[in-house]
Amino acid sequence: MIAITDLEKSFGPKAVLRGITLEVPKGESLVVIGGSGTGKSVLLKCILGLVRPDGGSITLNGQDVTGKGREAFLARFGMLFQGGALFDSLTVWQNVAFRLVRGPDRRPRAEARAIAVEKLARVGLGADVADLHPAELSGGMQKRVGLARAIAADPEVIFFDEPTTGLDPIMAGVINDLIREIVAEMGATTITITHDMSSVRAIADKVAMLHAGKIRWHGPVAEMDSAEDPYLRQFITGAPEGPIETLR
Amino acid sequence: MGGGLALLAPLAVLGRATLALLAGTGRLTLFVLQILRHALTPPWYLRELGQQLLHIGWLSLPVVGLTALFTGGALALQIYAGGSRFNAESVVPSIVAIGMTRELGPVLGGLMVAGRVAAAIAAEIGTMKVTEQIDALTTLSTNPIKYLAVPRVLAATLTLPVLVAVGDSIGIFGGFLVGTTRLGFDAATYLDNTADYLELWDVISGLIKGAAFGFIVAVMGCYHGMGSGRGARGVGRATTKAVVSASILILGANYLLTEVFFRA
Ligand SMILES: Nc1ncnc2c1ncn2[C@@H]1O[C@H](COP(=O)(O)OP(=O)(O)O)[C@@H](O)[C@H]1O
Ligand SMILES: [Mg+2]
Repeated sequence: MIAITDLEKSFGPKAVLRGITLEVPKGESLVVIGGSGTGKSVLLKCILGLVRPDGGSITLNGQDVTGKGREAFLARFGMLFQGGALFDSLTVWQNVAFRLVRGPDRRPRAEARAIAVEKLARVGLGADVADLHPAELSGGMQKRVGLARAIAADPEVIFFDEPTTGLDPIMAGVINDLIREIVAEMGATTITITHDMSSVRAIADKVAMLHAGKIRWHGPVAEMDSAEDPYLRQFITGAPEGPIETLR
Repeated sequence: MGGGLALLAPLAVLGRATLALLAGTGRLTLFVLQILRHALTPPWYLRELGQQLLHIGWLSLPVVGLTALFTGGALALQIYAGGSRFNAESVVPSIVAIGMTRELGPVLGGLMVAGRVAAAIAAEIGTMKVTEQIDALTTLSTNPIKYLAVPRVLAATLTLPVLVAVGDSIGIFGGFLVGTTRLGFDAATYLDNTADYLELWDVISGLIKGAAFGFIVAVMGCYHGMGSGRGARGVGRATTKAVVSASILILGANYLLTEVFFRA
């Protein structure tokens, strides 16, 4: 379980997170929505200890993330980054198998490669891409490789940062379905960040909306459409008029 | 009141600059200590080390070799011209050899590698930073300093002495070419003269300098790359900073080491 309490983070004078409290129980799929630049990625990075919070606490299975628990947590963790974050000096299979050929549970290269090819097949990529470099792939294929890398070591917790941003609607649908299937099959606890409502409906058990550094609304996806909150309503409908300030 | 504040303004600027310098020095020191700690504790990424030895060492050979060749040649011409003012043209072989091994081999080799390698390291690591590849490493349970910085620093520290040794030889050869074809030296006499006056310590001290400069180059590349700001602009700045700071630190370290090694 992931528990976040009163999390605060500023960059210089800019307060990005102003007291976030959230719980993600084991096995749940939480989707965090919110406009661009509202701090969704920063929230994930705080949980991972990649960004040091200014205040509040984050615990993973009861242990503080800043402490010894972090390494153990990361060992059973996978993440799909917003831009893919594939290592461009390594081939596709070496990216997918990165964790498998390193660390205490490392496997022989042939075995790791076989697992990588299997995971690539799981995300709909043939074995022929295994020896290409990430720069030779299209954006959608890079996302899939990122997904294969995230699930390569069968993690218990997975974060997806904007899995469908920058993809055409059909590819976005494919990625959404993949995420849902994989999560269901692995029983993993997941946090997905998106501003794509089709992803929300495909992936979420629970939805949290981030606005102005706080959680504006948090509830089951089934209650989202009937919720009264005007901010959430505006976000769902994509109306230009409403309480959320837009620059134009 | 306003006038008093205006008088204080330059002091405030000076104070801020001093604080920034101190903070920067502290961060760099911590970074170096982290590199040393990770270099001494497992796991070691030998595959990455091998790649970096190739990138940093092998691929720098042409640059260092050409620099040394032309410098050795020019040095022979200059020493001949200078020596002829007091009828000491015969010192050309020994001074070329001593000048190359003690100073010009390591310093020019270091500066050329700073331009080539510090820039490449900073650009590569900076790009990895802005495209979240460094964050990805951490989430894959791999320490970025151990995986990226340690192999580069080790490779540069180990290969620069070799590059310097090659540069020394090519530089001396450049002097020999110019000496025998343009300045009328007899080939056998030139070589005898070189061998007779060159001491082992001339060479060794230059190789030690080379190791120090290699360390500086890779550390500055990694430090500025990992501290890169966001976007292409951030990476560009990191690259410039890496080259400039590596070059200045090399020249400073060269003076210090020369003082330590050769002060009578
Ligand atoms: N390392 C950083 N340094 C300074 N500002 C940052 C940094 N990371 C994020 N920010 C700022 O924090 C805000 C939230 O960023 P982010 O979490 O990436 O937004 P998003 O919700 O689109 O993922 C943005 O305004 C961004 O400029
Ligand atoms: Mg983001």
